[in-house]
Amino acid sequence: MKIVVIGNGMVGYKFCEKLTAKAQSGQFEIVVFGEETRPAYDRVHLSEYFAGKTAEDLTMAGLDWYADRNIKLYLGDPISYIDREQKTVRSHHGITESYDYLVLATGSAAFVPPIPGVEKEGVFIYRTIEDLELMTAYAKKAKTGAVIGGGLLGLEAAKAMIDLGVTNTHVIEFAPRLMPRQIDEAGSNILKAKLEALGLSIHTSKNTSEILGDQFINGMQFSDDTRLDVDMLVISAGIKPRDELAKLAGLETGHRGGIVVNDKLATGDPFIFAIGECALHGGMIYGLVAPGYEMAEVVAANLMGGDKSFTGFDMSTKLKLIGVDVASFGDPFVSHTEGRTIVLEDSMKGVYKRINISTDGKYLLGGVLVGDADAYNMLLQTTKNKVVLPPNPEDVILGARGGSGSEGGAGITSLPDDALICSCESVSKGDICKAVCDGNETMDAIKKCTKAGTGCGGCVPMVKDLINHTLKSQGKYVRNVICEHFNYSRQELYDLVKVHKLMTFDEVLNKLGTGDGCELCKPPVASILASLWNEMILAKGNDTAQDSNDRFLANIQKGGTYSVVPRIPGGEITPEKLIVIGEVAKKYNLYTKITGGQRIDLFGAHVSDLPAIWSELIAAGFESGHAYGKALRTVKSCVGSTWCRFGLHDSVSFAIQIEERYRGLRAPHKLKSAVSGCIRECAEAQSKDFGIIATEKGWNLYVCGNGGSKPQHALLLATDLDSETCIKFIDRFLMFYIKTADPLTRTATWLNKMEGGIDYLRNVVVNDSLGIAEQLEAEMQLLVDNYKCEWKEAVENPEIRKRFSHFVNAPEEKDPSITFEPMREQKKAKEWK
Amino acid sequence: MIQENVITWFLACRTTDVPENGGVCVKYHDEQIALFNFSRRGEWYATQNMCPHRMQMALSRGMIGAQNNEPKVACPFHKKTFSLTTGKCLSGDDCGDLKTYPVKVENDLVYIGIEE
Ligand SMILES: Cc1cc2nc3c(=O)[nH]c(=O)nc-3n(C[C@H](O)[C@H](O)[C@H](O)COP(=O)(O)OP(=O)(O)OC[C@H]3O[C@@H](n4cnc5c(N)ncnc54)[C@H](O)[C@@H]3O)c2cc1C
Ligand code: SF4
Ligand code: SF4
Ligand code: FES
Repeated sequence: MKIVVIGNGMVGYKFCEKLTAKAQSGQFEIVVFGEETRPAYDRVHLSEYFAGKTAEDLTMAGLDWYADRNIKLYLGDPISYIDREQKTVRSHHGITESYDYLVLATGSAAFVPPIPGVEKEGVFIYRTIEDLELMTAYAKKAKTGAVIGGGLLGLEAAKAMIDLGVTNTHVIEFAPRLMPRQIDEAGSNILKAKLEALGLSIHTSKNTSEILGDQFINGMQFSDDTRLDVDMLVISAGIKPRDELAKLAGLETGHRGGIVVNDKLATGDPFIFAIGECALHGGMIYGLVAPGYEMAEVVAANLMGGDKSFTGFDMSTKLKLIGVDVASFGDPFVSHTEGRTIVLEDSMKGVYKRINISTDGKYLLGGVLVGDADAYNMLLQTTKNKVVLPPNPEDVILGARGGSGSEGGAGITSLPDDALICSCESVSKGDICKAVCDGNETMDAIKKCTKAGTGCGGCVPMVKDLINHTLKSQGKYVRNVICEHFNYSRQELYDLVKVHKLMTFDEVLNKLGTGDGCELCKPPVASILASLWNEMILAKGNDTAQDSNDRFLANIQKGGTYSVVPRIPGGEITPEKLIVIGEVAKKYNLYTKITGGQRIDLFGAHVSDLPAIWSELIAAGFESGHAYGKALRTVKSCVGSTWCRFGLHDSVSFAIQIEERYRGLRAPHKLKSAVSGCIRECAEAQSKDFGIIATEKGWNLYVCGNGGSKPQHALLLATDLDSETCIKFIDRFLMFYIKTADPLTRTATWLNKMEGGIDYLRNVVVNDSLGIAEQLEAEMQLLVDNYKCEWKEAVENPEIRKRFSHFVNAPEEKDPSITFEPMREQKKAKEWK
Repeated sequence: MIQENVITWFLACRTTDVPENGGVCVKYHDEQIALFNFSRRGEWYATQNMCPHRMQMALSRGMIGAQNNEPKVACPFHKKTFSLTTGKCLSGDDCGDLKTYPVKVENDLVYIGIEE
C-alpha cells in the first residue's frame, strides 16, 4: 500500500514514526513531501533557538532516520496539485507520485491581518527557523520592538525579542486583556505585572491602523490616534490553516479555514486524511501539538486495520516563558450556573490561582494558574480523571503553595492507572509504573522505553515523582550513590571519612569502598579530603585522584595547553601587577583575556612552562586563583563608597576580605560571590552562590543564586548585618553546603532539592535550629588557618615540579602536536575535528 | 608455521618516574605513548596518547580506574573512557578504539614493547 504524506512538520513526522513503528517492513511504501528545506523540527521549542539551541538540536530525526525506514523524503518541494481521479500528486518541481492513501499534514501559517504597511521590511512572523534567522539578523540594528498579539505565541515572541537584545519591547493586544482565550481578567492583570517586571511594555485594547515608514518600518499608528516608534515588529495575531491545496482539490473547508474531517480524520474523499493544525474537526482547529499527535495515531492505527476515533482533545496549556508561570486547564471560565469558583490572589507575590469546581464540590472542572504553576500537572490530571476532591477543595491550590514536588508525590497516588501523564506521547500512569518495575529506574531510561517526556516536556516533573514513588513503594531506598565503588551518597561519605580520619584516596577506598575507583568517585573523594583537611591537594597518594585540572593546577584547554589564572581579590589590581601579567604573557606567548569574574586569564601555556610562569607570578605577589578547582572562584565587587557617589559602604574592601578568607576552599562545585555597594547592584551579587549588598544599616546577604545555563536569582537570607555577623553566616552557610551537597551540585540546585527550601536553610544558618552553628564556624576557621597557595608549594617542591613535563623521557621537549592559529594580534587554539 | 610478530622492547623510564595510579607520556620516535602505573592492581599499561574523540594528546593526563573490574582510562576533555587491556571505547558511542602496547618491568625499569 502506498501512502503519500504532504507536509513534514511535527505532526507529519509523528505520523511516519507511528506508522513505521507498527508496520512490518515492506507493508507500506511511504513518500513525504515537505515545503521547508529542513526535515521536521520541534516547532514547540522554537524559541530555544535564541537560548543557544541549533537547528540540528531541534530536529526531530535526521535524514538517515527516514532512509533507515525506506521513507522517500522530498524537501524544499511543496505539492502544488492533487489529482483525486488519478490518485496522484504533483510537486512544484514537477515530481508526480501516485497514492493509495493521501495524508495532508500541511499545518498552518501565521495569520497576518490586512493592516496597511505590513509588507514593509522589519515586519516579521514567528513560525519557522527561517523566520527566526531573519529576525536575528534584523534585530542587530533594532532597539525598539513590538509584537501584535498578546496570546501564547505573541508573548513567546516578545520574550524572544528581549533575548535578541531588543530590550525595549512592546506587546500590542486588541482585546482588553492578555491571553484572552486562556485566562480570566484577574489572572491577566497579574500576568501583565509580571511581564512588565521582565521589561515588556503591555498595551491592551489597542488596534493597529497603520504600519509607518518608507521601505523600513519606523512606527505604528493606532486607531485611538496614538503612535509608537518601533524598529521592528512581529505579527502573532493567530494562525491560518494551510488548506489552499485541499480547496483546489475540491475538498470541503471551513469558512474561517481548515480542512473538514470526521472522527476518522477522513476528508470528504475517503482516500484523503487531514491531521494536525490544518484539520478542522467538530468546528475546531487545534493549535497545539498533542491533539495533532493523537490525530496521527488515529490515522496510523486505522491504516493498520484498527478502529480508532478522534473525539476532541483537551486544550490545557502551560506557557513556556522563562520566569513567568502561566497555565490554564480544563474549562477556565465556568459560569455561575455550571459550578463554583475558588480564587487565591496575592498581588504582592504575583500569584493568582483560580479553580472551578462542580456545584456539588466533588469534581474539578478547570482553572487558571499565574505566577506559580507547579500544581499544573496535578490539577490537570485531577480534572481529566474526575478524581474526587478533598472535603476542603481549596487545599488543592493552597497546599501546593510550598512549591516543591513533595505534595505532588502524595497526589499522584490518587490517580487511576489509566490517567494520561504524557499527553504528547499518550503514556499513562500505568505504563510508567510498569516500566519502573521492569527496571527502568531513571528519567532517561523511562524516556527511552516509553517516550514519556520527549514531547513538550511538561510532564517530566510528574514522571520523576512517579519513578521515585514507585521505587519507594517497592521498598527501594532512593539514594544518590556515587558509583559502583562506593555504596554511599556524598554526604554519608563525608561523615564517614571524617569519623575514620581517612587521609588518602586509597585509605578511603580500602575502608569504605570496593574495587579500584574510577573517574566518578575519585574527584568527589579528593574534594571531600580537601574540604576536611585542607592539605596540599598534590600530596602523594591524592595527586592522581584529582581531576586532571586539579592535578596540573590549571584548566586544560582545546589542544592540550593550559590556562593560568592568578587571583585578583575583589578585582582590585595595581599598575605594577598589571605590568607583570603583561610581561609574563609576552614572554611565554600567552593569549590574555579579561574574565567575567574581574580577573585576567592567560591561555595557551605548555604544561612544562607552568612552573616557570607561576614562579614569576608568585615572585610578584600573585597566588593561585583556583580557576581549575571546584573551589571559591572570585568575589566580584563594584567600586563602592570609595569612589561611587551612590556607595553606602566600602564594597571593595569587604570583597577582598571575603575572597581572602575563602580562597582555596574546596566544595562540591565551584563557588562565586560578589559585593555591591548599594542596591543598584553593579556587582550582580544576586546571581552568585553568595552575594552581599550594602544597605543603610549594614549588609544584606543573599544565597544560592546562579548564572550559567540555568540562571536563578539568589534569595535573601538575612538583612542589615554587620560585617562580622555577615562573615559568620557565610561560614555556616558554606560549611553546611560542603557537608551536605551531592557532588557537582551548585548551591542553587542544592537549595532547590532541600526540603523546606530557604526557610529551612535560614533556620539552620541564622537561628541555629540544628545546634551546629558553632561547630560549622570552627570547621571553617580550621580551613581558613590551613590555607596555603598550592602553586607556591608546587613550584618549591622538586618532586611535584617534575610532574609538569609532557614527555617523561624527554622533559625538555614540548608536545609537537600543539599548534595555534593567529587571531586579532593574538593566538587561539587550533579548531578540533 | 605461524609467523610470530617480533616485539622490540625500548626503555621508557624508571618506575618511580610514573605517579602511583597515574600516567605519563612517553616519546618513541614520533609516537606519543601513554604509560600507566596502576599500582593499586600492581599492573602497568600502555596505550596511544591521542584520544580518538577529538584527536587530543591527552590520555596520559587522564584518570585511571575500573568498571566492573575492567581497568580503564578517562580522557580529561570529555570523560570518554577506554579499556586499558583492549583499548575499546567503553563510553557507548563509537568514537574509536585505542592502540595498546605491552609493558614489562625489570629492575625498576619500565619497557614498552613495539611490534615491528
Ligand atoms: C513559536 C511557537 C510556539 C509553540 N508553542 C507550542 C506549545 O507550547 N505547545 C503546543 O502544544 N503547541 C505549540 N505550538 C504549536 C505547534 O507547533 C503546532 O501545533 C504543531 O507544529 C502543528 O504541527 P503540524 O505538523 O500540524 O504543522 P507544522 O508543524 O506547521 O507543519 C506543517 C508543514 O507542512 C508544510 N507544508 C504546508 N503546505 C505544504 C505543501 N503544499 N506541500 C508540502 N509541505 C507543505 C509546512 O511548510 C510545514 O513544514 C507552537 C508554535 C509556534 C510557532
Ligand atoms: S552598586 Fe551602588 S555603590 Fe556600587 S557602583 Fe553601583 S551604584 Fe555605586
Ligand atoms: S567559557 Fe563557559 S560559556 Fe564560554 S564556551 Fe566555555 S564553558 Fe561555555
Ligand atoms: S577529546 Fe577525549 S573525550 Fe573528547
